[in-house]
Amino acid sequence: MTQMNMLQAINNALDTAMAADERVLCFGEDVGVFGGVFRATSHLQEKYGKSRCFNTPLVEQGIIGFANGLAAQGSVPVAEIQFADYIFPAFDQIVNESAKYRYRSGNLFNVGGLTIRAPYGGGIAGGLYHSQSPEAYFAHTPGLKIVVPRNPHQAKGLLLGAIHDPNPTLFFEPKRLYRASVGDVPDEDYRLPLGEAEVLKEGTDVTVLGWGAQMDVIEQAVEMAEKDGISCEVIDLRTILPWDVETVANSVFKTGRLVVTHEAPLTGGFAGEIAATIQERCFLYLESPIARVTGMDTPFPLVLEKEHLPNHLKVFEAIRASVDF
Amino acid sequence: MTTTKANVVYKPVFTDGAEFRIPTFRLLKQDGSLYKGAKAPEMDKEKALRIYRAMITTRILDERMLAAQRQGRLSFYMQCTGEEAAVIGSTAALDDGDMIMAQYREQGSLVYRGFTIDEFMNQLFGNELDYGKGRQMPVHYGSSKLNYMTISSPLATQIPQATGYAYGQKMAGDGHCTITYFGEGAASEGDFHAALNMAAVHRVPVIFLCRNNGYAISTPAAEQFAADGVAPRAYGYKMDMIRVDGNDILAMHEATKAARSLAVEHNRPVLIEAMSYRLAAHSSSDDPSGYRSKDEEAVWREKDPILRMRLWLEGKKWWSEDDEKELQDTMRREVLETMKRAQKRPPPALDTLVSDVYDEVPPALAEQFEKLKAHIRRHPDAYPKSAEHAKQAKREA
Repeated sequence: MTQMNMLQAINNALDTAMAADERVLCFGEDVGVFGGVFRATSHLQEKYGKSRCFNTPLVEQGIIGFANGLAAQGSVPVAEIQFADYIFPAFDQIVNESAKYRYRSGNLFNVGGLTIRAPYGGGIAGGLYHSQSPEAYFAHTPGLKIVVPRNPHQAKGLLLGAIHDPNPTLFFEPKRLYRASVGDVPDEDYRLPLGEAEVLKEGTDVTVLGWGAQMDVIEQAVEMAEKDGISCEVIDLRTILPWDVETVANSVFKTGRLVVTHEAPLTGGFAGEIAATIQERCFLYLESPIARVTGMDTPFPLVLEKEHLPNHLKVFEAIRASVDF
Repeated sequence: MTTTKANVVYKPVFTDGAEFRIPTFRLLKQDGSLYKGAKAPEMDKEKALRIYRAMITTRILDERMLAAQRQGRLSFYMQCTGEEAAVIGSTAALDDGDMIMAQYREQGSLVYRGFTIDEFMNQLFGNELDYGKGRQMPVHYGSSKLNYMTISSPLATQIPQATGYAYGQKMAGDGHCTITYFGEGAASEGDFHAALNMAAVHRVPVIFLCRNNGYAISTPAAEQFAADGVAPRAYGYKMDMIRVDGNDILAMHEATKAARSLAVEHNRPVLIEAMSYRLAAHSSSDDPSGYRSKDEEAVWREKDPILRMRLWLEGKKWWSEDDEKELQDTMRREVLETMKRAQKRPPPALDTLVSDVYDEVPPALAEQFEKLKAHIRRHPDAYPKSAEHAKQAKREA
């Protein structure tokens, strides 16, 4: 067990994977000797050589096209997109290629070894193009898995889970949490399951659901709610696609109320998908409308980002309103 | 910072690259004889006939299947006609273990590697034996055993994938390379530029084979780029490049063989621009009379790559009129019989609708599938493919 922040945990996961299997390769813009703009790949080139950890030209569609080919060949590529905001030039390679490789070939070929890492999310004064949460765009694409960790321990276990999962996986890293705190991280190779949500805290009055950086926000909001005597059940979805309907539904059967929160804009956000599925499953158990606490339907702002973001006060108010409905 | 020592001038000097004139590599004249000064390539009879049979088979397959499409037996088809030498000549120069990542007009490569007429037909009719399980439109073939990546419709996506695939081959040290095929139209996509640049930077054993066939559907090459074809772009990436007469089977074979040594032995990626002409329509849904003249087509029909090779073979006494007739008759018969067989086979099972999205069917999708099955049971007549399954099951019982 070692104390690590999330970046160190991610670096450690990559190190672990590269040490265990020489087919694992890490690449992307500035990933090589520099170790990535956030240092997630620090020292990997030193340790494993330039052929296994390297810089690529500045071309996201090329990075993911290259990664798809490598994965089809049987290598295990871990491609970094420097910011999730810059993943869109690779949208075609991800949505039309990675996601459909196995299906369209009748399982003759697949790119299951592919993992795409990208820092996402706001709260770092990054403005329009260093703050976005694009998970919902990809959640509309069968064939992909989408994973978001909430802390260092989860980051290492889920990233190793993603690297070894036999399906192409997008791993969105909450960059606001990269250096925000440290936690105990096991030194060994451990893999957390994909497609499983985790109940972090049991409660009886309302279920509060989120992922990634929102889990910290939820923790603060729940603390306030508990002071008001509201018993909250807290769930980290962890995998956005395919998502764990059972765990969420079972919780809502018990609490009768659901608050979902994410940073991405409201309209077309993944909370909408969750709300639709849960009202269908739990209709007769619901005591109040399912609430969504999200970013606004605007491009991501800069100076007023605090106003824009779904912070603990907004989540707390939604919990309050849900219980008082 | 530049990679070359700066050559400084003290007034603005522009260059348009016109000083680079790219020659076209040719060996074989249309009458089947070699150009003066052209060195006869090493190619034994067995290899030459394997190539020729693949060219004829591809031509006949294309003719028959386009006819089948016109008769309404097939939804869609795309022909390789006119480009058989560019495609088969290059594939024949590779090791059969090398990877092929094609666009969609390279069925000749598959024929050469031994994809059977049955395998073609199963895909074209999307029956239960189609490796792709009836999921893709006709001509989207794939074969893992023949190292031929399943075709995907989006253009140029296979090009950076080929760079990645070849990087993996280099890492594995297995002595293989990857060839990727694409048209001059697809070379306008960003993926093309990404792929070439990455291959040059990382010294990847990959061959980029551009079939410059004059048209991207209706758009002529002159409206696709202002430059002298696609080949000059290689300069910008510091990559080896060669322009070849794409209708010259010997030149295509020779150039690709040399490119393969550069790629595999020296980790130097190569761009080959094969100059040819798409004699057929873009696809069965296209009508070229709207954008080009019969006269233009006639000029290129005169340059038929298959006839050119046949005349060369006959000159070497490796092929005769009788051989030709026998091969043509046999292939026509086989294509027709195989087509009938494939057409009668039942469609893929209903569960292929949800398999292979992931390695396992996720719970939410399994639930959707159960609902669908219950719905089909309530409305059996609305789903003729499922009705075929039911009939088949009854017959078997």
